[in-house]
Amino acid sequence: MNWIEIFRSGISTGTVLLIATIGEILTERAGIQNLGVEGMMLVGAMAGFKIAFTTGNVWLGLMAAIAAGGLLSLAHALVTIHFQADQTVSGLSLTFLGTGLALVLGDGLTGQTGPVIPRASIPLLSQIPYLGQIAFTDHNLLVYFGYLLLPIVTYFINKTRPGLHLRAVGENPAAADTLGVNIYRTRYLYTFIGGCFAGLAGAAISVAIAPGWYSNLTVNGQGWIAVALVIFAHWNPWRAALGGYLFGILRRFTLDLQGPRLLFGLANPFFFNTNLVFFLQMTPYILTVIALIWGSSAARKKRIGAPAALGTPYQRGERGL
Amino acid sequence: MKIPYPVLLKRTEDTPKWLPVVTSVGAVLLAFIISGIVLAATGANPFKIYSYLYKASFGSWGAFSDVIVKATPLLLIGLGCSLAFRMRLWNIGAEGQFFVGAFMASAVVMVPLVNLDTTPRWAIISLMAVLGMLGGALYAFLPGILKAKLNINEIITTLMLNYVAVLWNNYWIFGKWSESGFQMTKTFPKSAWLPRLADYAKQVPAFSGMTLHLGILFGLFAAVIVYLIIYRSKWGYKITLIGDNRRAARYAGINITANTILVFMVSGALAGLAGMTEVSGVVHRLQERISTSYGFSGVIVAWLAKLHPFAVIVVSILFGALLVASREIQPSGISFLIQGITLFLVISSDVLLKYEIKWVRPAQETAQ
Repeated sequence: MNWIEIFRSGISTGTVLLIATIGEILTERAGIQNLGVEGMMLVGAMAGFKIAFTTGNVWLGLMAAIAAGGLLSLAHALVTIHFQADQTVSGLSLTFLGTGLALVLGDGLTGQTGPVIPRASIPLLSQIPYLGQIAFTDHNLLVYFGYLLLPIVTYFINKTRPGLHLRAVGENPAAADTLGVNIYRTRYLYTFIGGCFAGLAGAAISVAIAPGWYSNLTVNGQGWIAVALVIFAHWNPWRAALGGYLFGILRRFTLDLQGPRLLFGLANPFFFNTNLVFFLQMTPYILTVIALIWGSSAARKKRIGAPAALGTPYQRGERGL
Repeated sequence: MKIPYPVLLKRTEDTPKWLPVVTSVGAVLLAFIISGIVLAATGANPFKIYSYLYKASFGSWGAFSDVIVKATPLLLIGLGCSLAFRMRLWNIGAEGQFFVGAFMASAVVMVPLVNLDTTPRWAIISLMAVLGMLGGALYAFLPGILKAKLNINEIITTLMLNYVAVLWNNYWIFGKWSESGFQMTKTFPKSAWLPRLADYAKQVPAFSGMTLHLGILFGLFAAVIVYLIIYRSKWGYKITLIGDNRRAARYAGINITANTILVFMVSGALAGLAGMTEVSGVVHRLQERISTSYGFSGVIVAWLAKLHPFAVIVVSILFGALLVASREIQPSGISFLIQGITLFLVISSDVLLKYEIKWVRPAQETAQ
């Protein structure tokens, strides 16, 4: 087994989860839970691939994906912020809506090949032994975008004025309102941004990491894993990155387990009984549950909780919390 | 801060009784109009598709029988979801519980747990139903206890377990139970089939070819039971109270932990029973594609029915029709699209029930 390759490809596939999870962190920090990540990613994946395929320009595809994810999230924003509907049900219906839209509009795209995001190596950094090969050599540009995103988003949330407003709206909207922060506008904005990230994450699959459109198997539950990673990450981008990359590595590792005849000197059961592979395929989902249990019990011990107003609609003059 | 639209929302308590029905029907109609616009945008003819939808589902008795067959799992799952949602427990795992129920029911035939030649048909079917429910209930126990004891988000756990259940079934139908290498089990013997109308074609010729099976009676029976639980029992009152006001329920001394687990298990049992009726009543074998997202459509059915068990019956028939008709329609996402838009409009229309809406003229607003 080639460990360097496993880590390298894990970082590449983990970038999808990283981008989607950071988007959802921003949304939830504003007090809106959007469970529709899976649907927005599917629409992003479809739009990204479709536009890249028809125009031949992969960057236009990325922009279309970002716009598509953002537009779809506005439906959730309208329904939960203005109409004060239940965020859980609205998020679920967004998943349905996104899946349906992606399948209808993506009809006929299966099996096509389109342009993909270019790859590059970072000079100097790629010379570092091991790390350079894993993290800085021949990755698609979105992987590097993911690296940049982490410090920027962390700085934005914790050190800037708009970031402070964002946290205030998520923790105590009534107090933020008295200080002159526009609750509605802020929540709309970050729901939209979360949708843009989800759309981008979807396109990261369809035009970069596993190019092509394979109907709803393109995303295959990664949107839901991203929602779970938000809790595992304690709403912190760095932990989101850790979780995302770990999942990516695991995904590649379970694939590679099926290859060799011998595993650590013993006969490889996955090679000789291919049906056992189904148990390997369960691991990301089971690990998501374990990560969730681990993440929430650690959060309880350290008294880190979800943003206090998460899931609660805000209406002026009514007692929210 | 100015509310960015000239509308004033005033909370109201006295909602007229007919209003929820009107808004729900209005939401469904509007969903068809919007979906039609989307369809037209993709170059399809929505009128053609809708008239086809109608003909393929209500055009003949045979078609209607197919609709009821599709409505059966939706009804059972929708009932389970209604019960759980009343307690604000988001069991999105009906899909997984459905698969485990189907697996357990199939185990009766495939292991086999009883002698299939000598055991009477009613006994085999009862055993399959009981094991199906048990499987679904046990599979729902896990997210239930995680939610009750550790407050782990049940949406995520139930969703992840959906994938695990599908893979678990795959392990059996690709391996041990595979019918000569095909990805399905052998056909069950007749003694493990739920009776269906076509079986009585000799007595009543009109029944020939009708696939309607006994499972719908399970569903209707379950609807009555769930109705009695919710509206006529102390337990139902507790469930509703926990859902409406957790804190008050706790002060009233209601055991939230036990009820969470119990409601999860009942909800899972109904989904498991749906899985059983599907393998025993429709496909007569365990295979990969026994569900067309019944678990998720059941969520929408429950919500559209405003969590009322008898309304679930009506809505599941409508959604059964949608599923029957959309089987043959391309592109395949149309039923998802209509379901998503419908649900969105229904939850948006709820604002009309909770609030009185007054239009405010901009001039008036500035004057205030």
